Amino acid sequence: MLTMPAVDQEAIGDRERIAADLARLVAPASVIAAPAALRAYESDGLTAYRQPPLVAVLPGNTSEVAAVLRYCHQRRLKVVPRGSGTSLSGGALPLADGVLVGLGKLNRVLEVDYDNRCAIVQPGVPNLAISHAVADRGFYYAPDPSSQIACSIGGNVAENSGGVHCLKYGLTTNNLLGLEVVLIDGEVMRVGGRHFDAAGYDLMGILTGSEGLLGVVTEVTVRLLKRPPTACALLAGFASNEAAGEAVAAIIAAGIIPAGMEMMDKPAIAAVEDFVQAGYPLEAEALLIVELDGTAAEVDELMGRVQAIAQGKGATSLRVSQSEQERLKFWAGRKAAFPAVGRISPDYYCMDGTIPRSKLPLVLTRMAEMSARFGLKVANVFHAGDGNLHPLILYDANKPGELDSAEKFGAEILRLCVEVGGVLTGEHGVGVEKRDLMPAMFSEVDLAQQMRLKCAFDEHQLLNPGKVFPTLHRCAELGAMHVSGGKLPFPDLPRF
Amino acid sequence: MQRIQPESTQEIVDTVRSHAEARRPLAIEGSGSKSGLGRPVDAEAHLSVRGLSGITSYQPDELVLTAWSGTPMREIWDALQEKRQHLAFEPATSALYGSGNEAGTLGGVLASNLSGPRRPSAGAARDHFLGFSAVNGLGEEFKAGGKVVKNVTGYDLPKLLAGSMGTLAVLLEVTVKVLPAPEKQRTVIVPVPDVEIGHRCLATQLREALEIDGTAFLPAALAARSSVDLVRAPGSALAAMRLTGSPVSVADRCAALRAGLGMPSEELHSARSQALWAEINEVAPLLRAEAGALWRLSIPPASGAKIAMALGQGEDCLMDWGGGRLWIARRDASAEDANLVRKVVATAGGHATLVRGPDELRRAIDVFPTEAPLALLKRTKAAFDPHGILNPGRMYREL
Repeated sequence: MLTMPAVDQEAIGDRERIAADLARLVAPASVIAAPAALRAYESDGLTAYRQPPLVAVLPGNTSEVAAVLRYCHQRRLKVVPRGSGTSLSGGALPLADGVLVGLGKLNRVLEVDYDNRCAIVQPGVPNLAISHAVADRGFYYAPDPSSQIACSIGGNVAENSGGVHCLKYGLTTNNLLGLEVVLIDGEVMRVGGRHFDAAGYDLMGILTGSEGLLGVVTEVTVRLLKRPPTACALLAGFASNEAAGEAVAAIIAAGIIPAGMEMMDKPAIAAVEDFVQAGYPLEAEALLIVELDGTAAEVDELMGRVQAIAQGKGATSLRVSQSEQERLKFWAGRKAAFPAVGRISPDYYCMDGTIPRSKLPLVLTRMAEMSARFGLKVANVFHAGDGNLHPLILYDANKPGELDSAEKFGAEILRLCVEVGGVLTGEHGVGVEKRDLMPAMFSEVDLAQQMRLKCAFDEHQLLNPGKVFPTLHRCAELGAMHVSGGKLPFPDLPRF
Repeated sequence: MQRIQPESTQEIVDTVRSHAEARRPLAIEGSGSKSGLGRPVDAEAHLSVRGLSGITSYQPDELVLTAWSGTPMREIWDALQEKRQHLAFEPATSALYGSGNEAGTLGGVLASNLSGPRRPSAGAARDHFLGFSAVNGLGEEFKAGGKVVKNVTGYDLPKLLAGSMGTLAVLLEVTVKVLPAPEKQRTVIVPVPDVEIGHRCLATQLREALEIDGTAFLPAALAARSSVDLVRAPGSALAAMRLTGSPVSVADRCAALRAGLGMPSEELHSARSQALWAEINEVAPLLRAEAGALWRLSIPPASGAKIAMALGQGEDCLMDWGGGRLWIARRDASAEDANLVRKVVATAGGHATLVRGPDELRRAIDVFPTEAPLALLKRTKAAFDPHGILNPGRMYREL
């Protein structure tokens, strides 16, 4: 069971007063305090956890965000920032005694600067809307999380979101030029701009992926790329996961970095094909989608080489997209994998570990054993190029104990990822979901170092507390800690 | 001066811890190849990580390499070349930033976040820095990041450590992302009359989908100093654009680029192309050596020519990154001139770093620009090094 930081009962008792105070700082209609209306914010993409916030506030500009944070800081109120609420790790899960700051009203593309190949946008702009805004000039914004229709760029920054094309084009952090951020005391800070690289300490680098614990993003400058003239996708079916994995390794060993390289196992293929009829080979045990982009001659040449490699590794079927429409159809299947699995099971739990790719057969075998032991099915989609696994555990929340089993199963998978040299999360973030697993990957000293950085930004730990770190130490305490024999003092402090 | 070169991580931990307890500052270094970059450090003791050397794990098809921070760059490059891979951020091959004539260590390259001409398309050193273990200013060994290419577990501390010049922690073991090296490269050079037209030529081509991964402008005087015959031949300023990739792709894009130029151009093939970009990456062979102060400007790419001219150096600058980076040699190594450079840069947005200059100047000014509130930078430093013993003053006067 998930425990959250001790509840500030005084704040809860003061709800109406707080709402009234906030209504003086922003447009009054932008403050939501009615319990029924707050239900809309009780959860994000990790729906197993629900908690309406103390009050929700929807500032309309940077100064309103600053005023709200300054107020919360003065009153020592907890703050949970929220973009579109699509986090899969509970990053935007509200707190009963916390002010939810929704950035949805900051939803304008402020400027497109083609000369410097960047766009300046507000945090509530959906990821895909950026690419749409610049499509007529042949540009796009590269990171493309599957939720890109809905997920906000501010949320992408907070989570350092990836997507199916990040093998070649990088995560969010590799595609940012500048940020405007409001710190917890209301100070507005700008880092970066339209130029490359930070001046001095790379605070943009550390803010990106900080899961709302260091500041609230109020403006983002993203790099724009020219859309490649040609893109082409290959569907390759294999008789085993091992063979598909070997093909992936061989493609990279041949010096080819595809724009995207995705793998799905048989249960995932079946679920997707049933849902979107993307033309996936149902008889295959594993399916690879390999996308190549560039000039027509380049794509032709590389596609020939990739097909030869796939054949050499025993591909049972090969199909190259013959039109842009067909290429998008191949991807429609992959991008709909989560909802497709949602159709075949009352509930599913999506995991997100990364492993060294060579460990894939071992991990899949062990996962099949776990699946049998927990009595829960699992479907796998896999960003094969970069080793990012998304096992989808199928369960039924209405059956007593199944959610609990699914969570235990998931935790075992993630521990296995760490055991084989990988990490707990490749792109979804730690949030509340993997918070208590952090000690599987990091020692107390490692975590204390990260928490001291948190203290540099947010001494009173008001920003999104209860996320990322399994234990909450007061900053003064962290400052005084010294290691002895690799262990910090107070190892028995209760996990909240 | 006391020089400490431990052979084990434990010795580094012990050294830092004893200095922390005694509140004695330590100058942190690898091979010292970048000792001229940053502000002079006042420390009696120098701690070198050079004793921690060697590649600990290299898995080409996982695209990761792990090595001790003191591993010489030459060793890294040799290992990568054998597997036809490279560091896509293209760190410079010789010492621009200090004495000696070597590229330094992997730890030094990361700690100074140095990147070459490919930075706009491939990212900086920070974009390829995946994980590390290090010793903070309390003498505690900690780790962050991971050894896989995709990871968002915990704060992205490799980004913060990249470019922190050894002021936050002493790097021990580092993991970087490695990528297949392009099979082929070609450079299109376009003779141009001046910086404005040269810059416009680069900017126009960058709007096309040609995946150009090197875009530089050389004024006539710089082109004349190149070792590449075809670069000297026109006797004029040049715009240079590099294309890399598979042979078919390079030939294809090269033809498309030249056809779209609307002005005469020339092609440099493999060896000549490599030689030119090595010179651009190393800067020094092209810019005059006798300069008083060498500045690196990072500015919005569209403002490249404007800023070069505003500084009166349209004919004496090295423009890289399609206009986004300017190398400027100033005769005047005074604090007043430093202010002037920064004032001009501020009109465009961006920042200026003093890369080489006399000790007095490096002591007198902020070598590295700042953009965040100083109080926050101080707290960030204190989060890693509360007693301020690691490279004090190297990045900022106050910390």
